[in-house]
Amino acid sequence: MTPFTSGGTRLVPRRDDVPQWRAHAPLTDRAGGVLTRLRRDRRRAALRAVDWTLLVPALLLCLTGTLLVWSATRPRMEAAGEDPQTYLKRQAANVLVGLAVMTAITLSGHGALRAWTTPAYLAGLLGLAAVLTPLGTTANGAQSWLSLGGLDVQPSEPAKVALVLMLAAVLADGARGRGFALALAVAALPLGLIMLQPDLGTAMIMVVTAGGMLVVAGLRGRWIALLAGAGVAAAAAAWFLGLLRPHQMQRLLTFADPMADPQGAGYNATQALVTVGSGGLFGRGLFRGDQTGGRFVPEQHTDFVFTVAGEELGFAGAALILVLLWALLRRALRVADGAVTPFGRLAAAGIACWLAAQTFVNVGMVLGLAPIVGVPLPFVSYGGSSTVACLAAVGVLMSVRRQAVL
Amino acid sequence: MRPSRFRLPLVHLLVAAIFLTLLGRLWQVQILDGERYDRAAFADHVRHIAIPAVRGRILDDRGRPLARNRAAMTISVDRVELGRQPDRGRATLRALAALLDRPYEELSRRMTPCGPRTGKPCWAGSPYEPIPVAEGVPARTATQIAERPEDFPGVSAAPEPVRDHPRGELAAHVLGYLGPADEGAGEVGRDGLEASYEADLRGEPGSREVVVDSAGQVLRTVREQPPAPGATLVTSIDADVQAVTERALERAVRKARGRGAPADSGAAVVLEARTGRVVAMASYPGYDPEVWTGGIEPDDYRRLTSGHDRPLLSRAIQAQWPPASTWKVVSTAAATGAGYPLKGRYDCPGSYRVGDRSFRNFGGADLGVMDLHEALVQSCDTIYYRFAHQLWLKDHRDPMQRMARAFGFGAETGVDLPGEAAGRVPDRAWKKAYWEETRQRTCEEAREGYPETARTDPGRAAYLKAIAAENCARGYAWTAGDAANFSIGQGDVLATPLQLARAYAALANGGTLFSPRVGKEVRGPDGRLVRSVVPPVTGRLPVPGKTLSYIRDALAEVPKSGTAAGAFAGFPLGKLAVAGKTGTAEAYGEKDTSWFASFAPADDPRHVVVAVISQGGSGGEAAAPAVREIWSGMYGLEGRTAALPARSRR
Repeated sequence: MTPFTSGGTRLVPRRDDVPQWRAHAPLTDRAGGVLTRLRRDRRRAALRAVDWTLLVPALLLCLTGTLLVWSATRPRMEAAGEDPQTYLKRQAANVLVGLAVMTAITLSGHGALRAWTTPAYLAGLLGLAAVLTPLGTTANGAQSWLSLGGLDVQPSEPAKVALVLMLAAVLADGARGRGFALALAVAALPLGLIMLQPDLGTAMIMVVTAGGMLVVAGLRGRWIALLAGAGVAAAAAAWFLGLLRPHQMQRLLTFADPMADPQGAGYNATQALVTVGSGGLFGRGLFRGDQTGGRFVPEQHTDFVFTVAGEELGFAGAALILVLLWALLRRALRVADGAVTPFGRLAAAGIACWLAAQTFVNVGMVLGLAPIVGVPLPFVSYGGSSTVACLAAVGVLMSVRRQAVL
Repeated sequence: MRPSRFRLPLVHLLVAAIFLTLLGRLWQVQILDGERYDRAAFADHVRHIAIPAVRGRILDDRGRPLARNRAAMTISVDRVELGRQPDRGRATLRALAALLDRPYEELSRRMTPCGPRTGKPCWAGSPYEPIPVAEGVPARTATQIAERPEDFPGVSAAPEPVRDHPRGELAAHVLGYLGPADEGAGEVGRDGLEASYEADLRGEPGSREVVVDSAGQVLRTVREQPPAPGATLVTSIDADVQAVTERALERAVRKARGRGAPADSGAAVVLEARTGRVVAMASYPGYDPEVWTGGIEPDDYRRLTSGHDRPLLSRAIQAQWPPASTWKVVSTAAATGAGYPLKGRYDCPGSYRVGDRSFRNFGGADLGVMDLHEALVQSCDTIYYRFAHQLWLKDHRDPMQRMARAFGFGAETGVDLPGEAAGRVPDRAWKKAYWEETRQRTCEEAREGYPETARTDPGRAAYLKAIAAENCARGYAWTAGDAANFSIGQGDVLATPLQLARAYAALANGGTLFSPRVGKEVRGPDGRLVRSVVPPVTGRLPVPGKTLSYIRDALAEVPKSGTAAGAFAGFPLGKLAVAGKTGTAEAYGEKDTSWFASFAPADDPRHVVVAVISQGGSGGEAAAPAVREIWSGMYGLEGRTAALPARSRR
């Protein structure tokens, strides 16, 4: 085992963290020669860097998501007299771009990743700030989009990746003193910009992600308690001081009692539940859901894509999506566990926290466990920004793992 | 410090908790509560649409249609599609109103779903089916809509079946009309045969189960139950006889008006004497049933139901007058039943004194001593006054009232038409009840008099005041005068033309009283007989055959030498022996109402014809000529072609 040095700290990977195939790696080299062996090892390492346990769930989720997006948009496009395959093509393109970004990140080394972290973070802040200028466009009450030459980008999605990396870099030296203060500042900047949009869902996810990373980084218990208390106080203040927009208040109130106004504010919540519930064990079959075909659920290809799975694929299909996401997150945490640098460990753990929080908020919202806040289901929902960000996160995970494996 | 390794399992645990929570909730929603949500989803996207059945036809006795369906261009509006337009379809509806030349408000009202606060017209059907807003639109207008779909989004023009009356106004009162149903879409029979035979004619509406999207657009059909068309109603109405009857009635009214009589209305009925079937039933004034097609205009409805005319009233069954001398058939039967011999001879003075009042013969003529035959032929009143007075003095069981009821008066005939009047057979109990009911006002009038009338006609006011005074004091009593009036079908007696016709049918057929029927057969759309309608026998006259035959013989003499001799002058009684009785109902301050009730052939009666002309003059003057015209039209006499088929004339 090769000891690694990083930031002056010696880290020794645990024995059982080393994959078995590596233990049986050929020790002899027929071609001979140290240089040749080194080159070939590198090629093999590139392949070995591909973590199938991570990639397969991600790819399956992207594939399922693309089909569900297609099913949800087909009748809408047909009714509008447009190409029913529009969204199928677009989402396939999104996935391909995402896979390219993932590959690039995977292959970039530890140093490159750290080197790009600060520029990425600053770019993210710039994007979030640009959204608030007249360049940004508004949808569903939040100014979250940038229109770049006909391409709609939601900067808050890549900003999540950048935030995770930046926090990992800042907290790599520990969650005390300067590191802790810096981390709070690093998290507060994008959070503030996002609250100005305002995008409550993304803000919630960022808070959970940052909090999770602070916990993993070893923040002391009393600080955790203090932060949690401050968070609750801030939430209460936001509620009682009227910092929330009316539509946000409405969503939260609707969550408390979705049936109170099934035609108005509770329409989404009610229709989502009804649509998922009508799927039963095995669903109606892809493209054969009448609720989906009848366009009863608004935003069904983006934030409510899980309802398509519920109706058309039934419990079997919807549960499979959750199991795939769970498998992916478990793997992410394993990667964190096996990471050889604090940066890698924190980045992997942060990604796990982010995706877990986002999955819970999205699926919970569909199933009536969380208020209706607009966040996409990772890998599955339609959207270039979200898909690319999620696959970029997989790239970060693979890069961290690659570092541990080499 | 280094990142805390031992805190990762905590995150593991949290992630596991999150996913187990979501999976558990998913199980709950999809499996445990799945059925409930499935039902909710079904209610969301599945709609039931009723498909109206084609209404059955109404045919006459010889299979000729009286009411059928025709395709009329109907403009329908899709509410859902209109609601999707930026101004919720207002502009489209305005353009449509301009094209149809109808007020925008009318179209808008017809599209409003019926609710507790919406008045008619409103839409009672499903909001997911196109709402018809205009029927019978010219083809050119329909083409304009079809050719400019971009100007009329959500508007469609298609032929829809509407009720058609190939013979126009013929038998309009008997056929009745359709009106919007109280529940659901479509129309139901509101009067006449359309109402009585609604269940047969309507058919079974079909239903279609469709999947709709959130905007209400139909995506596909799940199930379809085709409608079962309505059954055909074959009636005993003969369209030709009906036409003859209506023409004769109208002509009689016009002639009476030519003589200066008001002749405000009239009715005529032709019955089959032996079966109780209705062959023709006419009411004047008539109206064109087309006014109902596509919903009646408020102005038309007012015209049909208000004023003196009220053409909607089917006067053959819904109007009642004192039957006057046609009633003597009943009185004769009652008197002979009470012991006055048929062959007896009775004095017919110019007037007969009952108590302190003198009851005059019609015209005041003293006709000498005669038998009952002659009393009927000459329509002597005083003989019947005496019968009534003497029976009133000795018999409190009111034999005349009992006989009148046995002839079917004072009760609905039970004919298969709605809204029938019951007529009235006044007796002691009725008089008392009526007195109690009106006493307060009568006594007030006896005290105050009639100051309004006194200003213009002091004599009339004094007369009315005297009557009111007597009624106030002793109005409860069934007086000898009441009995005298009753015996000649005057006073408080009321009868409908159909009641009189069936009484004469009972006289003609030897004593069988039928509940008349217009409907004869109900046949399925394939022509298969579903059921026959037979007029039920509701009673037998408690009169010996000998007496009935005696009365029939007397009535056969009336057109020859009696009160209808003038009306039947020149009529070939040798070819068709018509027997009948005139009636002239007097009412204070009004012209006489003219009756003629008849049957023929006199020796073997097949049909009964009754006509009444309200305020048309004496019986022989107005009604008898109308009846004569009906008989000659039916039998092809006096240069006419026979309206009755040969089998019914033999």
